[in-house]
Amino acid sequence: MPARFRLTQGGLIDRSKPVSFQFNGKVYLGFEGDTLASALIANGVHLVGRSFKYHRPRGIMSAGAEEANALIQVGEGARSDPNLRATQIELVDGLVASSQNCWPSVEFDVSIVNNFASRLLPSGFYYKTFMWPASFWMTYESAIRKAAGLGKAPEGPDPDSYDKTFAHCDVLVVGAGPSGLTAALSAGRAGARVILAEQDNALGGDLLSEADAEIQGQPALEWVEGARAELEGLENVRILTRTQCYGYFDHNFIGLMQNLTDHLPQNAKPASLPRHRLWKLRAKQVLLATGAIERPLVFSDNDRPGIMLASACRTYVNRYGVKPGKKAVIFTNNDGAYAAALDLHKAGIHVAAIVDLRSDPEGPMTEQAREAGLRILGNHAVIATAGDKRVKAVLVAPLSEDGEKVYGGGEKIDCDLVAVSGGWNPTVHLHSQSRGKIVFDDDYACFVPGTPAQESVTAGACSGNFGLGACLTQGHDAGIATAAKTGFKAKGRKRAPPKAEDRNFLPARWMWLVPGDKPLGHGGKHFVDVQNDVTAADLHLALREGYRSIEHVKRYTTTGMGTDQGKTSNVNAIGIVAGHFGCPIPNVGVTTFRPPYTPVTFGVFAGRDVGDLLDPVRKTPMHALHEHAGAAFEDVGQWKRPWYFPIAGEDMHQAVNREVKACRDSLGVMDASTLGKIDIQGKDAAEFLNRIYTNAWSQLKVGACRYGLMLGEDGMVMDDGVTSRLGENHFLMTTTTGNAAPVLGHLEEYLQTEWPELEVYLTSVTEQFATISLAGPNARNLLAELTDIDLSAEAFPFMTLREGTAAGIPARVFRISFTGDLSYEINVPASYGAALWQTVMTAGEKYGITPYGTEAMHVLRAEKGFIIVGQETDGSVTPFDLGMDWIVSKKKDFVGRRSLFRADMSKDDRKQLVGLLTDVPEQVLPEGAQLVEKVEDKPPMKMLGHVTSSYHSPNVGRSIAMALIKGGRARMGSKLYAPLADGKVVTCTVTGVVFYDKEGERTRG
Amino acid sequence: MVEAYLRQSPLSQLALPSRIAAEHGNTGVTMAERQFRRIVNLRGNPKSEEFTKAVKSVLGADPPLMPNSVNTGKDITLLWLGPDEWWIITDADTAPVADKLREALAGQHAVVTDVGEGYTCIAASGASAADTLAKGCTLDFHDSVFAPGSCAQSDMAKAVVVFHRLEADKPSFEIYVRSSFAEYLWRWIENAAEEYGVAVTQ
Repeated sequence: MPARFRLTQGGLIDRSKPVSFQFNGKVYLGFEGDTLASALIANGVHLVGRSFKYHRPRGIMSAGAEEANALIQVGEGARSDPNLRATQIELVDGLVASSQNCWPSVEFDVSIVNNFASRLLPSGFYYKTFMWPASFWMTYESAIRKAAGLGKAPEGPDPDSYDKTFAHCDVLVVGAGPSGLTAALSAGRAGARVILAEQDNALGGDLLSEADAEIQGQPALEWVEGARAELEGLENVRILTRTQCYGYFDHNFIGLMQNLTDHLPQNAKPASLPRHRLWKLRAKQVLLATGAIERPLVFSDNDRPGIMLASACRTYVNRYGVKPGKKAVIFTNNDGAYAAALDLHKAGIHVAAIVDLRSDPEGPMTEQAREAGLRILGNHAVIATAGDKRVKAVLVAPLSEDGEKVYGGGEKIDCDLVAVSGGWNPTVHLHSQSRGKIVFDDDYACFVPGTPAQESVTAGACSGNFGLGACLTQGHDAGIATAAKTGFKAKGRKRAPPKAEDRNFLPARWMWLVPGDKPLGHGGKHFVDVQNDVTAADLHLALREGYRSIEHVKRYTTTGMGTDQGKTSNVNAIGIVAGHFGCPIPNVGVTTFRPPYTPVTFGVFAGRDVGDLLDPVRKTPMHALHEHAGAAFEDVGQWKRPWYFPIAGEDMHQAVNREVKACRDSLGVMDASTLGKIDIQGKDAAEFLNRIYTNAWSQLKVGACRYGLMLGEDGMVMDDGVTSRLGENHFLMTTTTGNAAPVLGHLEEYLQTEWPELEVYLTSVTEQFATISLAGPNARNLLAELTDIDLSAEAFPFMTLREGTAAGIPARVFRISFTGDLSYEINVPASYGAALWQTVMTAGEKYGITPYGTEAMHVLRAEKGFIIVGQETDGSVTPFDLGMDWIVSKKKDFVGRRSLFRADMSKDDRKQLVGLLTDVPEQVLPEGAQLVEKVEDKPPMKMLGHVTSSYHSPNVGRSIAMALIKGGRARMGSKLYAPLADGKVVTCTVTGVVFYDKEGERTRG
Repeated sequence: MVEAYLRQSPLSQLALPSRIAAEHGNTGVTMAERQFRRIVNLRGNPKSEEFTKAVKSVLGADPPLMPNSVNTGKDITLLWLGPDEWWIITDADTAPVADKLREALAGQHAVVTDVGEGYTCIAASGASAADTLAKGCTLDFHDSVFAPGSCAQSDMAKAVVVFHRLEADKPSFEIYVRSSFAEYLWRWIENAAEEYGVAVTQ
């Protein structure tokens, strides 16, 4: 059974495909092709929400993106979107939608008391009331948020997938109405790469709402169909429907959101298809054909359900085949709205009266209405409306000559629909976002695009050309012109634009505020912005209080804010302000249009960069083997490094202790592939290193390695590592894992900008090699089994490198050590890393070979007092602070030297690196703990520094720690205290930083 | 030389060979790993005739001088990476050229570095290959801008890559990526291609 308000025929809906949906818990039926709004109206549902401030009943007031009332929550649970416009929600089987901003229900909302107390809620109410006492804001805030929120956030992580893409084109056409279609056709025919973006699911724009329009002598929609077919046949044209161009940014960068699956029932959505797609588009030329939006009239109690834009009534009748009411009153100031009266009349809806503000109504549509015998009340105004959850009647009275007043008590006309038209506003939002100027057009009383600021043009109603014929011509010409600008000249004989009747909505009488029978603000509300509940009285109050700039008036009253960004309210507000001042509208100016044009789903900005694709997980060639061994991983930059390798039943502490012991007692092995490696070649390579590192490099022998420290220009430690001389003019630098890329950037910067005369080339070879580090007394014994290199201490001393093979694989072996034990680092081509690891593990079994992770490495190096850049340093630590004076050359210049030798840098009370031993050997200081000389009852206490590294050391048999302490080296042997957050105080003694094998015999052995 | 079977490619953990489909009729994108390519990074001064002559004598092809252009010789591909930087790409079976180049360039300010072990190559081709790559890269992959037979360095998703567009009937791209990022990038591209249909090929 068709719904009560469904016309028996007509409309672009598919009556063979009924669609079931739920609204506020009730089940309704609509048809495929409906929007939620049209299906609700077909079922007689007009009350769809409550207003923001006063919680007044509100109905559907438009049929498009401009909808300010019917903001709907769609979906449930995790799949839920707030603030969708019922007028843009395509009806889909199983849709669950509900009203927002009402409690407990839209039919009965307790906050309606705000309406009766509205005298207490003037403009700027929040500013005025909640400003003092300032400390109470936190209390107010939660109550205000609860009362004022628009919609609900989803209840769980978004289960849908989203996509984003970059895109490029020669010509972007925004809007596929008559001007957009002819523009896309002519630009596409010329061969330009065209993207045609349309927010609707169908092409045609306003033509979809027209009953009788004709183009080139054929029904307009047939012409649209032909245009679509031709565009689809052009390889260089891409049509994006359901795609909102929401933002126009610098350099012709455009944001579009495409809706791919919302119109499909849940079980029919292809799993591979993302829900929405973000297009980050660069267009050489932008052609805006965004049309126009009808403007409401501001009259008393103009917000009741059943009061809607006249053009929306046409859309509901012609496109959706529904009756927006049974008995209509048209209220207009222009000829255009008579088309709505005629369409309603033709659809069998009783048109009780056309109330026209114009003193002598005339114009082509007016004449047609007269011929149709409709009742026209010229020089009349609607001065009041009645009805609670639906308009029931209007009060109509004649206007005074100047239009400032009305005469008499008025005539009451019963109705359930008021179709309103106050003229049209070109949709200049995108033009304005692009920083294009907006100018006021006196004839049409609207803002039209002025000079563009970027490579863009406007065409059709968007540029103030309201006739269909003019739209087609202007789009056609603009398409040719923009394509030519991108290098595509139209080929062959010049085509004429398609022809159509050229009629606009004039003549009109402009009246920004329709007088009522009572003074403004005394009974009856003249709503300017229905979404934010801003009335004409609110605007007047703001002006009386001294606000002058329209931008200030906007913020103070909140007019034009919120999700609709004032699509229907801005120009009326400006008109009312101008009226109050008695100045021309251009003097008031216009507020800034901001993106997004309509709200954008958060998900598209994340796209597929979520979950395990959020960020790259960098893996070494041996990663899978570590996983297999049950390693726990640690993030180091984007790398996953084995943290420790627990065996059955071990916790981290036990595993690390075992690994640390194994490296001192027998043999440990670690994957060191992540360390940065930079190949440095050229005849000035040694000189380059001299300038980069604090120590000297010229004398380093080929085949030898040296530890180096590099500083930033501020003299602070930036990175460290071992660099080896592979040949006279060839070095291999290692960097810390996390700093590999920044160090290469640092080196390239100096090479390219400061010392271009140096003949040096840098190449990153971090990933060319897999690196396996053997550590422990049995390292030599194991390696001897696998290599052809002479490993004797004489032939292969500490801090040298040799080339040969390891397990038959070509290898470079470095005898260097970060553990302080006998150690070799084996570098092989990366693809052999896994094979070598497995060989080492198998051959090492007899030595109880123990893979160790980053945590054990940290303990081992701390036992030896080796620093970690980023742990012992934080960008404010010099080599002197670290007690590493020995590595700073006094003879040569290097990056950071000038800063390093400023007087302040040698002060005795700088924080210096020292060792700490707790009085209780089992106690392990927390890293980051603050140290004081004197413990007070409570903070603040005078802090001397903090713990940088702290571990239990199984080899030393107690806890060890390092700390940066003011004047630390002068405090050797003195006591310091670490007051912890839980109230406990740890006592410790300042010592040197080397805790194990102070002579370094193990390393060199 | 060591046994080749000991080598593992960066994508070996994805077991791609087991996923090669016999039929991939209408898929918009096909993907494959081109593993173990040799890549030699060449630096030098292209304005020096001595340099370009030496390079040509070994490779049989000039280093391309137009930005983002590609030259090919017998079993060899040269990519322009910068005003003084090129990649020389050969298959695993082609004899290494690095040592010969070093010899020919001895005494010049030119550097030859093997970097192929640090990369793998992901091939993506098909009607929707360009749309797929556009999701992760700001470059314009259209024929008129990124012509077959050209190359470019850029980001793909959050990995640094070198694109090489092959001269082929259908859009075909090779994407060189550092080994440690390879799994991430493969899964990212495969995920991005899903809506067009994606298959693994030889």
